[in-house]
Amino acid sequence: MTEAATALKTTPLHALHVELGARMVPFAGYDMPVQYPLGILKEHQHTREKAGLFDVSHMGQVRLTGDDPAAALETLVPGDIKGLVQGRMRYTLFLNEQGGILDDLMVTNAGDHLFLVVNAACKEQDVAHLRKKLAGKAEVELLDDLALMALQGPMAAEVMARFVPEAATMKFMSYLSATFKGVPVILTRSGYTGEDGYEISCDKADAEMIARALLGESEVETIGLGARDSLRLEAGLCLYGHDIDTTTTPVEGALEWTLPKRRRAEGGFPGYDIIHRQLTEGAPRRRVGIQPEGRQPAREHTEIQDANGTRVGEITSGGFGPTAGAPVAMGYVDIANSAVGTPLTLIVRGKPLPARVAATPFVPQRYYRG
Amino acid sequence: MSKKFTKDHEWVQVDGDVATVGVTDFAQSQLGDVVFVELPEAGRVLEQGKEAAVVESVKAASDVYAPVSGTVVEANQALVDDPSMVNSAAETDGWFFKIQLKDASELDGLMDESAYKAFVEESH
Repeated sequence: MTEAATALKTTPLHALHVELGARMVPFAGYDMPVQYPLGILKEHQHTREKAGLFDVSHMGQVRLTGDDPAAALETLVPGDIKGLVQGRMRYTLFLNEQGGILDDLMVTNAGDHLFLVVNAACKEQDVAHLRKKLAGKAEVELLDDLALMALQGPMAAEVMARFVPEAATMKFMSYLSATFKGVPVILTRSGYTGEDGYEISCDKADAEMIARALLGESEVETIGLGARDSLRLEAGLCLYGHDIDTTTTPVEGALEWTLPKRRRAEGGFPGYDIIHRQLTEGAPRRRVGIQPEGRQPAREHTEIQDANGTRVGEITSGGFGPTAGAPVAMGYVDIANSAVGTPLTLIVRGKPLPARVAATPFVPQRYYRG
Repeated sequence: MSKKFTKDHEWVQVDGDVATVGVTDFAQSQLGDVVFVELPEAGRVLEQGKEAAVVESVKAASDVYAPVSGTVVEANQALVDDPSMVNSAAETDGWFFKIQLKDASELDGLMDESAYKAFVEESH
């Protein structure tokens, strides 16, 4: 084993991944399963048809406490955090002064604190950012004694209800403190596959017991990061560091839905001037779905040209969508070429490949709406 | 004649002066689920060790190199229609193309099955 490989961190489920025959790869400083013997294609399809279990313990879980942590957090994100009622959660963005995106995250109102889930690669800097900017206003705790799993797919609710009956009636984007086979868990009805499902936060020491219990159900297969990526891409969801980063604003990233009316009017978050201007006047470029013709996938960094052969952008995520049965991609194009249906040319391995701007998601999202 | 193998994980099976070329079972296991292949058209002249075809799995795109020099006589249209044959039949029905040999002595530099097996075990 190389020196770099030995320096990788592991999750509480590492031994289980190895036991299950996972192919392990470095990801955000962790030794993570990219696929299991089933393979990415079948793991993807299984999640869409039944239920898949994902280890996402590498992600950062953060507790924010204080007199008014919602007001404090609103100084760093454009989402409506003050209006988040207890037990509900929402997706938002850490922004920089230029309106660029530092990270995307989930925020839950857990009653006496806010519970944040942030990206693995960003968690150290997110915590440092929170501590620096919210000093004196909120206490920030990185909960690195916790594990995080996701159970996703149309049968996730049925499976989860066998262990946590009250999970069945949880609303989409809600939070529940519960007991799973005698141990405490935090469930949220959320995920990043476009399917119904849950994220399960638990003590590290209980993670393997919970994972084995869920995998013991006939509908559940263990799923790696490879399928996680194709599932979220088909669902039209952004991958931080690829589809959004510090050089893209929420408007350019087609994430205006994360900017509620009150925050648009009041501001009070980093980059407000730029974002307000872009909301009014438009942004020069926009993230769009892209449907290549034929079967050849167009990968990240593929050049995008308009009908005249002028470079108008670049693909930021691309691959083959097993459920779509076709290649799928997303990327940035100049605003003149961003309407759905606009013909584009992708330069794949030096050859022109015809494509069109497509509506996302590429497959219908099937979140639980009660 | 028995199969010969390259360090880039192609196999070649010679019948007279025509060689059938594909990727090895080990290669397909590393690639994962194949979703697209681009094969050289008949008549194209290939040089040993140079790019000949493209194979794309759900994970990534990979080049397939010509194990020998020569002129392509046939591409496997069935593989274009069903790229998953690379996974299910890498060393049989999942062949990529047939090539008319330019210089049969190039085959001498390739590995036989036992040498390839040892190469795979040593390098992975």
